[in-house]
Amino acid sequence: MVHRIWRYFVVLSLLAGVGAHAAQEPNLTIDTPGITALRKGLRDNFRQLRPLLESGAVGLTRDGNVGLRDASSVPLAQRAQVNALIAQSNQDRAALYREIAIANGHPEWENDIRGIFAQRWIDRSRSGWYYQNTTGAWVRKP
Amino acid sequence: MQSKVSLIAGALCAASVTACVTINIYFPAAAAEKVADRIIDDVYQLKPDTAKPNEGGGAAPK
Repeated sequence: MVHRIWRYFVVLSLLAGVGAHAAQEPNLTIDTPGITALRKGLRDNFRQLRPLLESGAVGLTRDGNVGLRDASSVPLAQRAQVNALIAQSNQDRAALYREIAIANGHPEWENDIRGIFAQRWIDRSRSGWYYQNTTGAWVRKP
Repeated sequence: MQSKVSLIAGALCAASVTACVTINIYFPAAAAEKVADRIIDDVYQLKPDTAKPNEGGGAAPK
């Protein structure tokens, strides 16, 4: 009897181990029409954003958005357009983080996903672009 | 003795199941990094500089 119980336990533990191992390496899906559309929107938006990142007018914020860093480097006539560009990009980013969380069945992951993206937008940015460090100060990427 | 052993075994089984559930809802940071990199590289299009970057005033067509 005792042996049988232990055998059950061993089998269950093995199964749990296999389950846990499989669960540790899940892939997140980004294959939904919503996410595909948001990626296209971000790409299109980025074409116009890129020169502003290169000039330092716009920087990457620590919370996974873009922000106006140096308004004075944008001619007055273009300022409204630049602000709209930033707002559009941030709206798409927020929707992207939310959609990835929802597509993977965990809406509560939205902020974790935002945190990962915030770090990776900065890590993969180009030399010369500005980003916010953990205290919120603007830093030029060497 | 026997009931004590089965109690322990039962408790361990319960613990295993709980652990499994806990792991399943844990945020998969490595997987998230992977998809983030895919999307970000696609947006940045970090390929060799073929296009000449737009200078200053040319930044705003339309």
